[in-house]
Amino acid sequence: MDATAAPPTAPPRLAFDGEPGPPRPPRPLGLMPGRAWLALGVFGVMALGVVPALHLFTPRDSALHVSDYAVTVGGKIMCYAIVAVAMDLVWGYGGILSLGHGLFFALGGYTFGMYLMRSIGRDGVYQADLPDFMVFLDWEALPWFWRGTDHAAWALALVVLVPATVAFAFGVFAFRSRIRGVYFSIITQALTYAAMLLFFRNETGFGGNNGFTDFKRVLGHPITAPATRVVLFMLTALALALTLLLARFLVTSRFGRVLAAIRDAESRAMFLGYDPLWYKLFVWTLSAALCGVAGALYVPQVGIINPSEMSPASSIEIAIWVAVGGRGTLVGAVAGAALVNLAKSWFTVAFPEFWLFFLGLLFIVVTLLLPEGVVGLGWRFARRRGTP
Amino acid sequence: MRRSLSVALKALLRSACSLVALACCSASPALAALDAGAVSQLASEDSEEKIAAIRRLAETGDPAAVRVLQALEADALQVAGGKVVLLDGGRVLDAATGQEIATPLEDPEGITVNNRVRRVLAGALAGLRLVDPDRRVRLAAAEELAAGPRPDAAPLLARALQEESDRQIRPLLALALAQANLTSPDPAVRLSAVKALGASSHPAVERLLARLLDEGAEPDAAVRSEARSSLRSVQLRVTAGDILARVFSGLSLGSILLLVALGLAITYGVMGVINMAHGELLMIGAYASYGMQVLFARWFPRALDWYVLAAIPVAFAAAALAGALIERAVIRHLYGRPLETLLATWGLSLLLIQSARVVFGAQNVGVGNPSWMSGGVEIVAGAVLPWNRIVIVGFSLAVLALVWFLLNRTRLGMFVRAVTQNRAMAGCVGVPTGRLDTLAFALGAGMAGLGGVALSQIANVGPDMGQAYIVDSFMVVVLGGVGQLAGAVGAALGLGVVTKFLEGWAGAVIAKILVLVFVIAFIQKRPQGLFALKGRLADD
Repeated sequence: MDATAAPPTAPPRLAFDGEPGPPRPPRPLGLMPGRAWLALGVFGVMALGVVPALHLFTPRDSALHVSDYAVTVGGKIMCYAIVAVAMDLVWGYGGILSLGHGLFFALGGYTFGMYLMRSIGRDGVYQADLPDFMVFLDWEALPWFWRGTDHAAWALALVVLVPATVAFAFGVFAFRSRIRGVYFSIITQALTYAAMLLFFRNETGFGGNNGFTDFKRVLGHPITAPATRVVLFMLTALALALTLLLARFLVTSRFGRVLAAIRDAESRAMFLGYDPLWYKLFVWTLSAALCGVAGALYVPQVGIINPSEMSPASSIEIAIWVAVGGRGTLVGAVAGAALVNLAKSWFTVAFPEFWLFFLGLLFIVVTLLLPEGVVGLGWRFARRRGTP
Repeated sequence: MRRSLSVALKALLRSACSLVALACCSASPALAALDAGAVSQLASEDSEEKIAAIRRLAETGDPAAVRVLQALEADALQVAGGKVVLLDGGRVLDAATGQEIATPLEDPEGITVNNRVRRVLAGALAGLRLVDPDRRVRLAAAEELAAGPRPDAAPLLARALQEESDRQIRPLLALALAQANLTSPDPAVRLSAVKALGASSHPAVERLLARLLDEGAEPDAAVRSEARSSLRSVQLRVTAGDILARVFSGLSLGSILLLVALGLAITYGVMGVINMAHGELLMIGAYASYGMQVLFARWFPRALDWYVLAAIPVAFAAAALAGALIERAVIRHLYGRPLETLLATWGLSLLLIQSARVVFGAQNVGVGNPSWMSGGVEIVAGAVLPWNRIVIVGFSLAVLALVWFLLNRTRLGMFVRAVTQNRAMAGCVGVPTGRLDTLAFALGAGMAGLGGVALSQIANVGPDMGQAYIVDSFMVVVLGGVGQLAGAVGAALGLGVVTKFLEGWAGAVIAKILVLVFVIAFIQKRPQGLFALKGRLADD
């Protein structure tokens, strides 16, 4: 933001971990307040123990049974929550609003999808060595970038490397010339838009607008089996917990303080001797890599990846998850992703034509009335009641 | 009114003419007598004789001959008792005189037409159709003859070319004649044919001339060198036409982008607000022109051609009103928080899109070009500039002039520029910044409405239409710099032309990606845009 439009009002104060408070116990337990550890523990027990057990070991008609649908939706939402935490890192703590995070999510999904496509083997419609869509396009051999994707380890490495490389390259250019604020947001939006157009083309080699689907197995296990589903669910829960811990570690570290300083007054931080480029670049690249992991977990659970994940609309939805939950809080991102996506699941079944009205209103109401999100609202209530 | 009268008059005349023609036909079922020798020669056993007879008949250009030849092609010509007869439905006519023959025929025999004869026959008939009174028949025949060389049609073509006055048919005829003459054994005839081809702009000419450069195909050196120079001039014209068409379509895309980006530049320049709902204001403008079209069709059907003019103020007002409401209700409360503004306006755009879907349906609605905007001007062959795009380029230039005047020559414009440069100082010297924000936003929204009217003339009008232009128009704003009319103009037209050239070279998708890469690379060098404001601009 330059001086041509100086803010008449000060921006709302975000949660800042440098505020004075009661002394905390030393790390690693001091990473979070006790209640947060408790919540994480409850989440762990639920996601790693109770839900899998109820899904696998209760009869289908039992009241306690957790259905396939519920497990899939739960897994999907946890993937989104990882993305939301990654977004909160760059937006809530770095002040960088990305409207292109869907790209990194989709890139992770596509890279792992390549492995899943390769492991279909000859069980596809055309019973060929090549993926079906390539047979359909009359291709003779795999393009070079598909080489090695039949090895799970290489595919998993790509899941992190591809989004991180793209983000790094883009970030170097963008941050070096100090593009920020809305300019940066718009350019990230254009980036994901261009990528979507690219992936819509059949010649790009990623299945055109159908993307990848009809997966048969993952790591040799049938992909639709309840056990596989539960394992994927548990892995996602684990990834979410680790992401949260990592993010919390980062934002409470010295790095996180500098990042917040850059967010609040970039020029001042520069004059104090910090180079914003590397701080921003690191958190930006890390965030993209986390999105890639989330995408890789998402694809086997949902069973499809296509270029619509890269549309500007789905990327901007990620921002609203974080805004609804409350940015700069991490836990808010998880809550926001869960709330918005549960609402979406419910609306698209019950009142499909009202979903966009709801989403549009959500954007406006949250930005106008809930600048700190639902988590901030909850904390405010708690403070008023006098509880710590 | 006068126009429709003349149209009606013309229609009346035309139907009268056809009535007369019909009367003539039915009054004289007997056709004029033909060369009897030629007609009886058609029945000859020898193919050479038959062909000669067909040629003789065809050269007359007589409608009766056409009828006989058509009958021959349709196997409706027979020989009975040394007489050539024509079967017409249930009737039997004497082919030479056209008189009906009442007495039943003794063992009639069909005339066999082998492939060679049939080819000559088809060529002859096509040649005869060249003098048909119906323009469409002539055009089709000329196209057919221009598609490949027909040596035997040369005399017919020469004659038809003399009589033809239609601007669309003449070049085709000239091309067909030149092609036919190219097969002539006389080098002088070939030379003149090559010269004639040099003046043609038909897409097939290039290939035709290129073939003549080979010594095996063309023995005469003079003809070959003439072919080379003709080819060069044809290629030059084709390339020039191609470049012209590209530049123009780039300019027309650029002028649309300009209309969209002008509004964005005003709102972003004055308020630092990125309005993600700008595309939907565009949509409001487009639906306003659809509404005017419906209104005119219902109440003023005779003035339907002028609904676009009425749509301009209506669309401006509708979009400006929507803009003012948006500013008062939402954006006002978010000043100084550009990222939140961006999200809130995105929410607004979702609301507007869904409202349009509920009100007008999810399908695109049909908005037609008025008759004075359809068609186009052919600058050179192959490069047609459609009227609707010409009008849009002119319209956006007019809007640009209006905005320039508003910003640089009015009190309001002075306030706007003052707030753009220094909001706090402008407020201190008494500029009502709050009211100005609403006005500026409404103005920017109105611009989008005007863009919507323009867009409704060349693109689909539907709930999602705004989304397609929003990314591009943001690129224009980024490239052009903040609050700079010159920047917006240069960026919009430049992006439009560059996009169209890249599209021709690499396809639409790659072109979009390249443009994006270019924009990112560009702001590396000039982060403030094309025309940066000079001076010190502190950030934060």
